[in-house]
Amino acid sequence: MKIKYDRDACQGHNRCYMLAPELFDTDDEGYAILLVDGEIPSELEEKARLAADNCPEFAIEVIDD
Amino acid sequence: MPDVPRPPVKDWATDFDHTHPDYAANAPAILAELRETCPVAHTDRFGGAWLPTRHDDVARIAKDHEHFSSQGIIITDWRPEEPAPMGYAPPITSDPPFHAIARRFLLEFFSPKAIDGWEETARTTCRELIAQIKESGEEVVDVATAYAQHIPVRVIADMLDLPREDGDKFRVFIHRILEEPGQNTVDDWGETLDFYLQEKIAERRENLGDDLMSYLIKADIEGMALLDEHVRGTIALLIIAGIDTTWSALGSSLWHLAQNPDHRRRWTEDPAVQPFAIEEFLRFYAPVTMARLVAKDVEIGGCPMHVGDWTLLSFPAANRDPDAFERADEFIIDRQRNRHSAFGLGIHRCIGSNLARMELRVALEEWMAAFPDFELADPDAVTWSTGQVRGPRRMPFRLPH
Ligand code: HEM
Ligand code: SF4
Repeated sequence: MKIKYDRDACQGHNRCYMLAPELFDTDDEGYAILLVDGEIPSELEEKARLAADNCPEFAIEVIDD
Repeated sequence: MPDVPRPPVKDWATDFDHTHPDYAANAPAILAELRETCPVAHTDRFGGAWLPTRHDDVARIAKDHEHFSSQGIIITDWRPEEPAPMGYAPPITSDPPFHAIARRFLLEFFSPKAIDGWEETARTTCRELIAQIKESGEEVVDVATAYAQHIPVRVIADMLDLPREDGDKFRVFIHRILEEPGQNTVDDWGETLDFYLQEKIAERRENLGDDLMSYLIKADIEGMALLDEHVRGTIALLIIAGIDTTWSALGSSLWHLAQNPDHRRRWTEDPAVQPFAIEEFLRFYAPVTMARLVAKDVEIGGCPMHVGDWTLLSFPAANRDPDAFERADEFIIDRQRNRHSAFGLGIHRCIGSNLARMELRVALEEWMAAFPDFELADPDAVTWSTGQVRGPRRMPFRLPH
């Protein structure tokens, strides 16, 4: 599984950072920073889905391989 | 209550009035009925206004800055005169491109990590309030006024370095602006929020610190200091936007818990559910409805909106749309998939969302630890605010001491 994060759509709701801090950090202005490049460790897949499904701006997409 | 009673509403689809006490008491049912029967309602009141209730229409309006302007965000009988794109309370009344400039001054103060630093203040406040309630020994306590309303006031007063004792004044200003927009006049300029802030800003200029007000006074746009109206408008916004809203969200959450012993038990016995419960409180009882002015003719849901019309932006309605949420009309305490828009959508996303979430979490944690069990003393004694911010304003609980 991979994560696609769209910085232009992100408005800094920080749902991803709250639900999946292993995958998302936030910058000084509160916008998300995707921490993982490439394949998501399998134990974090459910958290990745949770982040994607709770982002009000549809800025996160998970891509299953 | 408004000074002048609002005329009764004949039909919510063609004559709605969100400042009417009937709306305050029954908003969720009214919005649900409209979504089924007339998803873009209209009224001739306020010089003409629309009320879309489908999630997709609300989202579309929130993201369309070409046809919809934020110059007016609280519906009144007149149209705001302050020129776009700044408006009277930047950034909430600002449109692109100025909006992003005004917003950036605030973002760092309200990022999740900056807000962590205010958690102690919030927690101490909650503990002091709870200690006072316990000391009073009263069996019936109005939790809206004795608890919920004070928490956001203390934190924002500290952030701006304003006296906490001025909290009562803030609430009077806010009440006039949000609950009785345009319905009462203040003859005495000395009694207005603008006057209050003008004095405080002048004092602060002589005595700058590292608080948020000082930061705005020192800030510049390409070398030019911010206009006085900008500094004053932004600080007024932080006071107005942060207090009634959070008070309402916390009040509604406690109102819900008072009536649902199974949810109280779940909160206490299963802490992992708490973050999901908080988002579900925000979805189900979303306190804030915004407004926009139509800037260019446009059609929404088949309805022709014309330049100068108002439209409400009902996040509460969007949050209960069955096309956007499974079992939308049920409160599901551990809802896992919850893309609610209580804090808005698009570029105006609530700057205070991290602060509000922290306050909500801390206030509920402390309340539930002190009073795992409580109930409404008299359900009919609960009153709800009118207008665009909805929450309980009087809410007597029976507390076991
Ligand atoms: C539960 C509590 C709160 C709710 C539900 C809420 C809701 C909202 C909503 C829906 C908007 C979007 C406005 C629009 O689209 O026109 C907004 C904007 C805003 N809120 Fe909040 N708010 C809350 C608490 C706070 C707090 C605590 C603060 C700060 C002290 C705050 C400051 C702001 C500001 C500055 C904006 C304007 C952002 C912009 O226009 O870019 N809010 N809020
Ligand atoms: S939840 Fe969505 S909008 Fe919010 S910070 Fe994460 S990616 Fe951005």
